[in-house]
Amino acid sequence: MTYSDEMMKTVLQRTRTIACVGVSLNEVRPSYFVARYLKLKGFDVHGVNPAYAGQTAFGHTIVPSLADLPAETRIDMVDVFRRSDQAGAVVDEALEVLAERGLSTIWMQIGVEDAAAAARAQAQGITVIMNRCPKIEYQRLFGELRWGGFATGVISSKR
Amino acid sequence: MTDTAPTYSFETLQIHAGSKPDPETGARQTPIYQNTGYVFRDTDHAAALFNLQEVGFIYSRLTNPTVSVLQERVATLEGGVGATACSSGHAAQILALLPLMGPGDNIVVSTRLYGGTVTQFSQTIKRFGWEAKFVDFDDRGAVSRACTKKTKAIFCESIANPGGHVTDLPAIAKIAERKGVPLIVDNTTATPYLCRPFEHGAHIVVHSTTKYLSGNGTSMGGIVVDSGNFDWSASEKFPSLSQPEPAYHGLKFHETFGPLAYTLHGHAVGLRDLGPCQSPQNAFQTLLGIETLSLRMERHCENAKKIAEWLENDDRIESVSYAGLKSSPVYRRARKLCPKGASGLFTFKVKGGYEACRKLVEALNIFSHVANLGDTRSLIIHSASTTHRQLSPEQQEAAGAGPDMVRVSIGLENVDDLIADLDQGLKAALA
Repeated sequence: MTYSDEMMKTVLQRTRTIACVGVSLNEVRPSYFVARYLKLKGFDVHGVNPAYAGQTAFGHTIVPSLADLPAETRIDMVDVFRRSDQAGAVVDEALEVLAERGLSTIWMQIGVEDAAAAARAQAQGITVIMNRCPKIEYQRLFGELRWGGFATGVISSKR
Repeated sequence: MTDTAPTYSFETLQIHAGSKPDPETGARQTPIYQNTGYVFRDTDHAAALFNLQEVGFIYSRLTNPTVSVLQERVATLEGGVGATACSSGHAAQILALLPLMGPGDNIVVSTRLYGGTVTQFSQTIKRFGWEAKFVDFDDRGAVSRACTKKTKAIFCESIANPGGHVTDLPAIAKIAERKGVPLIVDNTTATPYLCRPFEHGAHIVVHSTTKYLSGNGTSMGGIVVDSGNFDWSASEKFPSLSQPEPAYHGLKFHETFGPLAYTLHGHAVGLRDLGPCQSPQNAFQTLLGIETLSLRMERHCENAKKIAEWLENDDRIESVSYAGLKSSPVYRRARKLCPKGASGLFTFKVKGGYEACRKLVEALNIFSHVANLGDTRSLIIHSASTTHRQLSPEQQEAAGAGPDMVRVSIGLENVDDLIADLDQGLKAALA
């Protein structure tokens, strides 16, 4: 799948609250890297992982599943750190409990893809991005990755 | 990375890639950040930078805003995901190998290499416990047979210095794929304008940016570019990238950074611990050069072809080794891999052997006797006694740098003036 820069930029700009499903508290795991990064960039990050349920991270209590998020919490985006064969269940749970609470994007990490689940979400008007990392795309699209010597594909004559 | 972003051509990218106007001042040309340290926003920001959780500026040995523009520009022109700029082409070769190699490991390399590279690989890298196995890369069976369990990369030049021999990159890339190791291509002589090794299956490209990229003979520099298309975790061969890195609390580079892992390792371990960073001033000069790369390479190729044809038809010349000549054994390969031209570097043999070569070098008035290439000025050198001096006679012949030939790097002067200079030089040499 390919996604336009414009589309991913829109998603990252409209998103305020993110639920990271499968987040780790091991500081060298990719899911911790991404969640911490998104928090540093001002996103409100909620951790979801039964293995760490009850612990506090990124300013919130980690919950075992999306259904356990506090009822008043709006979630704009679900970021899926689960194997592809488990992604469908996460998508269905998200559609069930978050559809009325602001959910507009489901983002599956690099290596995670489930076309059927994506279609179910898209049928409800949800934007789906698969096999990408929101941290890498944020860094690429908003200029940070260029500091590290990476090809961002961003050409601009504007300040 | 995306489907709907506009795709720009080489000529546009060589000017714009990596260089947005400075957000602070609006300065349109890339500023020279002649600066070593950078103020952190707060302790959280500092910690995130040191943990590689955020990309940013800590210290100019690792990253510098001017050098970053150069890195993005060359990575873009090569079609790679990222690049690590460094102090010279020689530094680039060591930086390229560092993430791949450990004591006891080896690389399989072409015999047709710049003499300095032959010496670096055959002598100096032994001190790291690394070994290079030299093979004729036109013999695919030999390349394949040279690879062992301890082989961690295959290395060649796209257009070899000095003889202008073009390596069969697609064939070598297939061997690399089969052996599960990356193909590293030195693309200095070709530049990404003439050859894009990633399109032919290479995984990593290195450059001496000192040559055609900077283009004026002003600035030393090197760069390592990663295609992002090698799977470092597919085997146990590359523990620095696939296994926990002790210097970063057990972080696994490939798992954490995906296609960016090799380049990040180049900065976070290579530049950090070996230290051969590029200076911002040199990066700036090189960026100026790259803005006109396509125009210069067109003229370098045009002049070189005319001069090579003139020499080939001259009775005083024994032979000319230039892939842009129809008589070259690699002419068809060059047309395929470097369709826009065979660069401006080649060798020729003068009837009269070594003595005639020596006199020719000394008799020329426009060509400079210089150990460099890819300059605006035309350069000439007797490779066997200079750039390839540390090699044995057999190694010199294999590299295309025998004692009876001279190497020329054709510049951007008027081609008739260059031919006239060679003509008078040959007269003097054979008088």
